[in-house]
Amino acid sequence: MRSGSTDLPVLKPFRAPAPIAPSGFAAPVMLSSGTLAVFVILFGASLALAQVAARPAGEGAVTVLLRWAPLIFQGFLFNILISFLSMALGTVVGVLVGIAQVSLLAPVRKTAWGVTQFFRNAPWLVLLFYAMFLLPFEFRMFGITIAFPAWVKAVIGLALPVAANVSEILRGGIKSIPAGQWESADALAFTRAQTLWMIILPQAFKRMLPPWMNLYAILTMATTLISVVGIQDALSVTRAALIAESRPELMIPMYLLLLLMFFAYCYPIARATLALERRFNVKA
Amino acid sequence: MASRHQLGEPVVVVEGVEKSFGSFSVLRDVSLTVRRGETVCIIGPSGSGKSTLLRCINGLVPISKGSIKLAGREVNDAKLDKLALRRDVGIVFQQYNLFPHKTALQNVMMAPIHVLKQDKAEVEERARKLLAKVGLSQKLATYPGELSGGQQQRVAIARSLAMNPKVMLFDEVTAALDPETKKEVLVTIQDLAAEGMTCILVTHEMGFAREVADHVYFTDGGVIVEHGSPAEVFGNPREERTKGFLDKVL
Repeated sequence: MRSGSTDLPVLKPFRAPAPIAPSGFAAPVMLSSGTLAVFVILFGASLALAQVAARPAGEGAVTVLLRWAPLIFQGFLFNILISFLSMALGTVVGVLVGIAQVSLLAPVRKTAWGVTQFFRNAPWLVLLFYAMFLLPFEFRMFGITIAFPAWVKAVIGLALPVAANVSEILRGGIKSIPAGQWESADALAFTRAQTLWMIILPQAFKRMLPPWMNLYAILTMATTLISVVGIQDALSVTRAALIAESRPELMIPMYLLLLLMFFAYCYPIARATLALERRFNVKA
Repeated sequence: MASRHQLGEPVVVVEGVEKSFGSFSVLRDVSLTVRRGETVCIIGPSGSGKSTLLRCINGLVPISKGSIKLAGREVNDAKLDKLALRRDVGIVFQQYNLFPHKTALQNVMMAPIHVLKQDKAEVEERARKLLAKVGLSQKLATYPGELSGGQQQRVAIARSLAMNPKVMLFDEVTAALDPETKKEVLVTIQDLAAEGMTCILVTHEMGFAREVADHVYFTDGGVIVEHGSPAEVFGNPREERTKGFLDKVL
């Protein structure tokens, strides 16, 4: 290195040493397989422990678990179904409320804002209770009776906070598009609705996709709340199985099995969300 | 340089226009007339209200006082048919503002199809011609993100032309471009002016203004300080402020 001939203080560039941690594609793969390994080891260990702790007369822990697994999985599929329906309903309502949030009419905009804030900052379980106990079990209109079974009410109850969050995601997505896009659309005589549908929303869509997927993963995990209000989901089935077997040592492997199902479903969504975010970040 | 083409009737008539944002006055008693086929350049220091004036002419920014008539239609009118006005005036912005999720061709076609409800095949044919005219027939299927600044700006010009405007407004369209790509955009505008399109340019390109303009307006502090032919304004400015500005930039 050539030494400078100046006596002025000079800030030399700081070069960090090469990172030791794996980077690029290796990092997420190692991380995810590591997490999975921890789960499997934990699951295996708890199972072995339950097997050892079993009373001599009792069945093996693995046998019991295998007997209940299909039923728990069925319950899990029901959770997924509920998550789909709540997400669909919440998204439709949320998009409408979100668009109302950018309305030019102040009363519409302010009402939508208030509704969004209210449901976004309310505990999901409380909203679920409200939906369960305030909605009628059937609904009569023009002589037609529409039944409202408990699971429909649960879908509505879960859709409330989802709608509020989607509304906020939408508003944020719309606001993130530069004002120049509105201006040039305006100069080309597009109406406000046309500008929104053809120009702003298509661009905002990819920015809204990662938070929307994230919300879906959170919702899926939150669907177990419905067991609290008496709906037979994966969690209720697991609990019922434990009561039926009345073997406390099975508690850990049984609940871990349930956790594994949710993990196997939600983790890929989280990874995909991250991958999407990274891709859009690079492009932007 | 004298006018190269016949000037027609007045297309844009601005009279006594005032515009203020809150207590901040941007335009004060601004009047100007642009005739059909004329190329007018508005020059002046930054913040003198040039861009605001352009935005007032196509109704993007409402004026506080005065009158702006475009092809005989009052712009500052609550009952104004915005669609009819915007059909008559095209505007090109400094930051291009192309729609990034659409190809160059789609960018040009969108407004005629969805706003003017014209036939798609017809619009496509016209859009192809327009993009060829601005030298981009090779880039029809390219997205704005993959085009250079100069290319994007030329797509933006084609997009405005697709509406068949009577007047084109250019708001410092070369300010964000490097010298090389600047040139291709300026040539495009020059061709347009030579074809007889009425153009109003806000620009910092003094050489270009001198060469292309039929009439030059110098604005400062929201007022028109002086105006005249390029020879008069650039060669023999009457006002001290104009002289001072030109001394600094030329």
